[in-house]
Amino acid sequence: MIPLNYYLILSAILFTIGTAGVFVRRNLITILLSIEIMLNAVNLTFVAFGRALGSADGQIIVFFVMTVAAAEAAVGLAIVIALFRHRESLNPESFASLKW
Amino acid sequence: MTEALAFYGFAAIAVVASLLVIAQRNPIYSVLLLIASFGALSGLYVLLEAPFVAVIQIIVYAGAIMVLFLFVVMLLNAPHEDTEYDERVHPLLRPGPMKFGAGLALLLIAELWWALGRSGDSGSFPAGAVASVGAIGRSLFTDYAFAFEVTSILILVAMVGAVVLARRDPAEQRISPLAVPENLEEEARVASSFGAGGPAPTENRP
Amino acid sequence: MTPLLIAQIVLTLFVFVMLLNSAAIMVYVERKVAALLQQRLGPYLVGPKGLLQPIADVIKLMFKEELRPRAADPLLFALAPIISATAAFAAFAVVPFGADTTLLGLLREPLRLQVADVNVAILVIFAIASMGVYGIVLAGWSSNSKYSLLGGLRSSAQMISYELSYGMALAAVLLIGNSLSLTDIVHGQAGTWFGFIPRWFIFLQPVGFVVFLTAGIAETNRAPFDFPEAEQELVAGYHTEYSSMSFAMFFLAEYINMVTVSAVATDLFLGGWQGPFAETIGWVWFLLKVAALLFFYVWMRWTLPRYRYDQLMAFGWKVLLPVAVVNLLVTAAGVLYFGI
Repeated sequence: MIPLNYYLILSAILFTIGTAGVFVRRNLITILLSIEIMLNAVNLTFVAFGRALGSADGQIIVFFVMTVAAAEAAVGLAIVIALFRHRESLNPESFASLKW
Repeated sequence: MTEALAFYGFAAIAVVASLLVIAQRNPIYSVLLLIASFGALSGLYVLLEAPFVAVIQIIVYAGAIMVLFLFVVMLLNAPHEDTEYDERVHPLLRPGPMKFGAGLALLLIAELWWALGRSGDSGSFPAGAVASVGAIGRSLFTDYAFAFEVTSILILVAMVGAVVLARRDPAEQRISPLAVPENLEEEARVASSFGAGGPAPTENRP
Repeated sequence: MTPLLIAQIVLTLFVFVMLLNSAAIMVYVERKVAALLQQRLGPYLVGPKGLLQPIADVIKLMFKEELRPRAADPLLFALAPIISATAAFAAFAVVPFGADTTLLGLLREPLRLQVADVNVAILVIFAIASMGVYGIVLAGWSSNSKYSLLGGLRSSAQMISYELSYGMALAAVLLIGNSLSLTDIVHGQAGTWFGFIPRWFIFLQPVGFVVFLTAGIAETNRAPFDFPEAEQELVAGYHTEYSSMSFAMFFLAEYINMVTVSAVATDLFLGGWQGPFAETIGWVWFLLKVAALLFFYVWMRWTLPRYRYDQLMAFGWKVLLPVAVVNLLVTAAGVLYFGI
């Protein structure tokens, strides 16, 4: 049997990878992908704890997190498309000045 | 034994795929590797006896959200990142936010290592405490009914927002080479009055 | 290594081989039925009545030259047909095709005629159908040619649009069947009403059946929804640049997807393996019903004209999806009222 700890450690590692991705990458789409990695790490924690405590709540929260992640990915990508049309670049540093 | 093997296998795939996602230059490969990572996570959910979450992870994340990402990457023809700068300078030495971000990630790793090393033996899961799909459904529609309805409004808002944000502004329509000239009717009249061999073609006809 | 385990492994290999055979048989059936519908002969030279034609086709495909365009992304170009074919085979893994059998008393416990017995089988089929989209969109992208890219994007947009109606029709059957497991749903269709009408769900869900089959035809990119791979418009759509065995894999994936949709429709709406003497020869009834649905597929392809792409998408979103949603609501109301 795999103890709960192992799932938590794995989730922590994935969350760290996601965070590092958000900070280090300079491509808007990869930043959004890293956010998805973070959300998945959180989902794993929820499901692991839900199983450990024997309640369905963990899985239900995961259901809502997935829905919110889908909505956020859709709107985020629409923003990326709109930004790309103006600057022809996906590098967040090209959007550093306030002038549109 | 098979469970341990499955756990380590899926965990390794998830971690390696996620690392490659943030290390890849080509955005399409990043998206595909993330799909592999989601597949591994789905396997982990099956190990945690949550088959419903495992399957909706594939349906929603790997099957819908990632398709959206893939479409956007393809339609934007997303350029690769600038690699010379990345290869010359290590993330911890770059100026500004990147140094801060990389340093923060390292700090996070160290902190997690310390915290999880101190957590002690949490023991294995209690047996027989598995929530069936029916129980999830019942709970979802009674205890969490309000959140469920609000989620539907959230998705509607996201849909409308995405369509509005990604819409091309009609004022900036690019002129295509096959654009119809404004004085088409006049030209047609002139051409027909001349019979065969009308006036010289205008410049924006191919 | 109990006898049951050996029997399960043999069953898995058997299902795999039978799926490959079914693709070959479908090649022949398609050409012969098309010919008969168009009042011509079809294949008749190779073997008696042209029955060995699929073998000739396979040998031809195997010996063709494997081309790869220079500008194509090599990894993705090779990966796309693999994803398509894998998804097609994997979807059939959770479809039960017969009653539990003890192989005429050889086994001590009954063998479930299903490769993987999961209790969320319907969702698994839906999930793997979603994964099949990737094969097509990657094929279109990696070929790096305009016909392929357009065909790939259109095809995948069509597939994800019709997945919604597919899922709604599935959900309606779920309400009546009271279970996510296909085996339970088939068991729920046992018996008859008034002694002669079988309790198939098609009689409770006629609209759902039509929606499911239509969405299934659109999911598998078959006519009349095959605009993205129409020869007249897009050369060959997403598989323009593929030849030899890679093309064969797309071909295979398409036919096996057809078989899977027919098999799932049979299990959900036509009672699966129910029929007289279902315990022993249930799989024969299953085969007959799947064959009838596959004939319907081929019949549709060679009878109906093709939908134009915007008509296709408008139909999927503006007609089929509302019909599926209303069907779901009416089914839910019916289940509440009649307490089925």
